[in-house]
Amino acid sequence: MTKTLRPAVLTLGVAVVVLPLLVVLFGTFKTLPQLFDSPLSPPSSPTLDNYRQAVDEGGLGTAFVNSAVVTAGAVLLTLVVASLAAFFCARVPGRAGWIVFGVLVAGLAVPAQAAIVPQYVLFDRLGLTDSLLGLILVDTTMTLPTAVFILGGFLRSIPEELYEAAELDGAGPLRAFRSIALPLTRPALATTAIFLFVMDWNDLLYPLLFVRSQDQRTLPLALLNFQGEFLTRYPLLFAGVVIASAPVVVVYVLLQKHFVSGLTAGAVRG
Amino acid sequence: MSSTRSGRSGRRARALWFFPVPALALYLFFFAYPTLQAFQYALTDWDGYSATYHNVGLHNLTRLATADDTFRNAAENNLKLTVVVVLAQTALALGLALYLVRTTRASTLLRAVFFLPTVLSSVSVAFVWRFVYDPDGGLLNSALRAVGLGGWQSVYLGNPNTAVFWLALTQVWFHAGQMMVVFIAGLQAIPRELYEAAELDGAGRWSRFRYVTWPLVAPATGIVLAYTTVQSFKAFDLVLGLGGNPPGPALDILSTRVYTTFSNNQFGYAAAQSLVFMALIALLTWVQRRAIRRATA
Repeated sequence: MTKTLRPAVLTLGVAVVVLPLLVVLFGTFKTLPQLFDSPLSPPSSPTLDNYRQAVDEGGLGTAFVNSAVVTAGAVLLTLVVASLAAFFCARVPGRAGWIVFGVLVAGLAVPAQAAIVPQYVLFDRLGLTDSLLGLILVDTTMTLPTAVFILGGFLRSIPEELYEAAELDGAGPLRAFRSIALPLTRPALATTAIFLFVMDWNDLLYPLLFVRSQDQRTLPLALLNFQGEFLTRYPLLFAGVVIASAPVVVVYVLLQKHFVSGLTAGAVRG
Repeated sequence: MSSTRSGRSGRRARALWFFPVPALALYLFFFAYPTLQAFQYALTDWDGYSATYHNVGLHNLTRLATADDTFRNAAENNLKLTVVVVLAQTALALGLALYLVRTTRASTLLRAVFFLPTVLSSVSVAFVWRFVYDPDGGLLNSALRAVGLGGWQSVYLGNPNTAVFWLALTQVWFHAGQMMVVFIAGLQAIPRELYEAAELDGAGRWSRFRYVTWPLVAPATGIVLAYTTVQSFKAFDLVLGLGGNPPGPALDILSTRVYTTFSNNQFGYAAAQSLVFMALIALLTWVQRRAIRRATA
């Protein structure tokens, strides 16, 4: 009984995950009537019009560049400041290290929506709304607690003796950080980077709050606006979905292991 | 700090104290400070642009608790969403994990497939499911007609009584794979010998699950429950993608309600709502932790 149940359940599960995504992918190359007529079949006369319109009318080209800038900036900035802070927490003996760690990690318990009103006012006064720099800063702040949490755990596991040896050779903290901590935490940095990449690339809340002008939109925000403009022009919506998802899915296929551990480490932090 | 170190390296070690400064500066200025300010805003009637505002004391809180049907509606929707998602997603994730815990070629591939939706953006997932749920010619209704179950067709998100459950289904599709991975890690930590011993004692499939797997996978279950709860409060992007901005009353949840209040320039009131929202999540997490501790003690 269970011998036949298992493959049946798993096949059904795969179908439920894969079929809608396949319909979306195929649909990007179809016209709306073609999509409604036979959603599951591969496109019979493939067209690239939907992609063209998504970029031209939907502004996804600009949004793609903006997303790339914000994501790259926020991931790099977060990795630098979080690894420095985590190094401090791991290297400073006694209470100070734990206090800094506790303060930074406390942010995990606070949902982003708790602070949106004052955050908006603050960024607005600094002229940082409607700017990619503002998004980089706010994304960094949003992901900092998780990054410190993951990196802190790894940095603590580096044996003290390695640092002592380096200190005897006259290495200061910056050299110990660069030549001991960073090389040894490379796997953790990769894991964290992937977590940050997905969070920043997919973030909608802050662009929605901060961005007003069309040319500062990131992908999730531009995509959300499709819904009002193109309501049920599904092939166009689907082209938007594929453009917005392609980078993450490509990286997922290439670096699957890091991906799973990155997103799981992000989840298991609690 | 370190009395054992020599003067020279002590001076050097002082450089270490600059390491956390950038992180702390960003975090305190852009996050901790605004979070604390939310408490101050919550006591005012500020609209976001006027130069002046009044201190209204706890008026925002009493309004929220007694006179705001939209907030109560959002809280009810959120509660339904959370209960359904937590139960369905946890059960499904554990089931998949039990099926795929042994590492073979096939199970590694299947894990990757089930995890895939997690990497997509919420707006993308919402658009996929808009088509699945489209009443005219959408994927679900077409499929039902094709297999002769046309009578089961539905308007899905268009029915205000059930919309939130269809939202829950989408959320489960979105994140069950991620929680499956957490369960697999938990299951793999259970020593093989325990199962062998149980088998020697004549324990059947169910007893082995009940007396070995279930208690020993409890830490993973705790993580999954806590994370899934918080996640269902953060379904913000998914709701805006599925239900529009602002979403209609049938799909409005607490996070979208806070955002809508904010968009309507009721800054003081939105701050009060966001604090209640935060407190509710904290309360739920606390209750859950206690329940898990008691259940596994």
